[in-house]
Amino acid sequence: MNLHNFIFGAYPYIALTIFIFGSWLRFDREQYTWKSDSSQLLSKANMRVASNLFHIGIIAIFFGHAVGLLTPHGVFLALGVSDMAHQMVAIVAGSVFGTLCIIGGAMLWFRRMFNPRISATSRGTDKFILTWLLVTLTLGLSTIPVSMGHAEHNDPSVMIALADWVQSIVYLHPNPALLANVDGIFKTHLFFGMTVFLLFPFTRLVHIWSAPIGYLARSYQIVRTKRALAR
Amino acid sequence: MKVRAQFAFVFNLDKCIGCHTCSVTCKNVWTNRKGVEYAWFNNVESKPGIGYPKQWENQDKWRGGWTLVDGKLELKSGGRMSKLANIFANPDLPQIDDYYEPFTYNYARLQNAPLSEAAPTARPMSQIDGSPMEKIHWGPNWEDDLAGEYEKRSKDKNLDNIQKEMYGQFENTFHMYLPRICNHCLNPACVAACPSGSIYKREEDGIVLVDQDKCRGWRMCVSSCPYKKVFYNWESGKAEKCIGCYPRVESGMPTVCSESCVGRIRYNGIMLYDADKIEALASTKNEQDLYDAQCNIFLDPHDPQVIAAARREGINEDWIIAAQKSPIYKMAIEWKIAFPMHPEFRTLPMVWYVPPLSPVQSQLDQKTLPTGPDGVIPLAESLRLPVQYLANLLTAGKKEPIIKALNRMIAMRSYQRSVHVDGKADTRALEVAGITEDMAKEMYRYLAIANYEDRFVIPTGHEEVRLEDFYGHQGQNGFTFGNDSSHGVSKITLFPRRRKDTVEPRELADHADER
Repeated sequence: MNLHNFIFGAYPYIALTIFIFGSWLRFDREQYTWKSDSSQLLSKANMRVASNLFHIGIIAIFFGHAVGLLTPHGVFLALGVSDMAHQMVAIVAGSVFGTLCIIGGAMLWFRRMFNPRISATSRGTDKFILTWLLVTLTLGLSTIPVSMGHAEHNDPSVMIALADWVQSIVYLHPNPALLANVDGIFKTHLFFGMTVFLLFPFTRLVHIWSAPIGYLARSYQIVRTKRALAR
Repeated sequence: MKVRAQFAFVFNLDKCIGCHTCSVTCKNVWTNRKGVEYAWFNNVESKPGIGYPKQWENQDKWRGGWTLVDGKLELKSGGRMSKLANIFANPDLPQIDDYYEPFTYNYARLQNAPLSEAAPTARPMSQIDGSPMEKIHWGPNWEDDLAGEYEKRSKDKNLDNIQKEMYGQFENTFHMYLPRICNHCLNPACVAACPSGSIYKREEDGIVLVDQDKCRGWRMCVSSCPYKKVFYNWESGKAEKCIGCYPRVESGMPTVCSESCVGRIRYNGIMLYDADKIEALASTKNEQDLYDAQCNIFLDPHDPQVIAAARREGINEDWIIAAQKSPIYKMAIEWKIAFPMHPEFRTLPMVWYVPPLSPVQSQLDQKTLPTGPDGVIPLAESLRLPVQYLANLLTAGKKEPIIKALNRMIAMRSYQRSVHVDGKADTRALEVAGITEDMAKEMYRYLAIANYEDRFVIPTGHEEVRLEDFYGHQGQNGFTFGNDSSHGVSKITLFPRRRKDTVEPRELADHADER
């Protein structure tokens, strides 16, 4: 097994396993540490802009990746989405939300590193994971010129190879060979991206699991009783 | 009718001397920790003043509490969608400097400074990042005893509709203390605003708690509480608030702040109320009717129908008896001398306040005050503290109930004065104030003497009827080994939680005597 096969054949499973079981274990045993870890109380300035840009950007990017990479090729074609249209949407949406995200992310990074209060109260993992995310994001944005080059030559093969590879992982038939002819920048981005999942349970990122969507359907008041409700 | 019991408070402002013993004892017990140095579950403010955090009463600024939207109750900061839309950065969240930047002093310097001509000094340093602070600009109780310029203090929201310029002049100055804790509201805005559903009201005593395991640090509770009594622990990333000293209360002890109050101004007791009426009464259209509306939510603990309904809800017999002897019920409902703070926030707060009479001794001596029927005790309207100010604080600006309460307290004094000074009961003031001699005597006992057992009527908790495995949970109150007492437990777990339930039989023996 060479390094390529390990990183694109075995590493995704290692990362996903640690992601899922690590999250479960932490939720089960360490719920007190399960939180967004907001530092807004300590420094509010520019947080409206920075945090919103970063979060909206990264959520859009996440769902963009999920839909673009996990939808089987046949489904896109059946829906009448040509490969080139798919690629153009990916390039445009990726650029827009990637830019929003990196502007917000850079603001948050400078705040985290150089605001005396925030820097002093940050844990090591806080600084590390934000930096890691920003590197991943920068790598992702750097793939856009390459993609545009492919688009100019009406060549969607790299995009299709990437999606097929992701799906090969999901279907438990890992096929690292699919990535053999993919540009290096994509592979680096993939490695950094997969590592985010691996690091996830050990950082503040776990708050993503707890996105409080259920709040929309909840009644306002909560009363807890200690007795069994059946009477 | 859905009867619920509420652990409630009355603070008698007439006797508060602003000594801060409540704040200090509370702090030492509950918030003497990293991350909550700045948080005071109990604080005492000097009024008029902008308070802690700055301007907390100004909901145009902080948008806490509830409002009516087309007659329907809604969080003032916006509904559920807006909470989620603002979750990445809460626009209404105070910054820690609105409370104050927590500080300590570099005490070590006093011992380890090299030999020098001048004595070494302990410079202040920030407890957040450890950096030296050039100057401390604000702190807890910065406005103590009317410190600072009147110009700044008079930003107090309660002075909004008052001609406040004249009260800046020395001879017209007025002053009162306002001790504050979490109000353990019947319609809490913090609970409603919590996206993760971690804040809850306890069914058995109404104490509002934050489930520390379930809190995700979305910080909507901090801004939505109009009293700003939920705090964000910047170390743990969780919301924390006054816990009503529930481990003490469950054992029948008063809260730490109440027990340690040297002025004996604090009363703890049980109120029965109708939970079905909460929404309707909190939606009362006119703000000035909210005080009366809240009075209507309470149930008469002597009414046989109420007692029967309470028993049906599983409220224990000793809790019903405690509700009948409740000092809160006496002051708030029977005597009408205690009021909820800022009922216009629509949270139905459960810490009620007896308004202060202000000392006017020198004016009395000069005989420049209009007096009541006994010719000695001044009229409520002529006191130093403007009644409108108290009304803005306690009844959304409605003066009549405040005047009535002050007159009752004055009448009680007048009556007691006649008994103790003249040796002959003079009931003229009582008649004008509409109270009987017996009532005046009882008021005197509760307000002036304030015996321990009159102030604190606290039935013990009944965990044995609430917990399935009550022997198994014995001695674990306040501890969460394996999340046993928080109920924030996920049902699916990777690891086995308990070996087995306790072996003792759980059927309780019958009561020896039927009450």
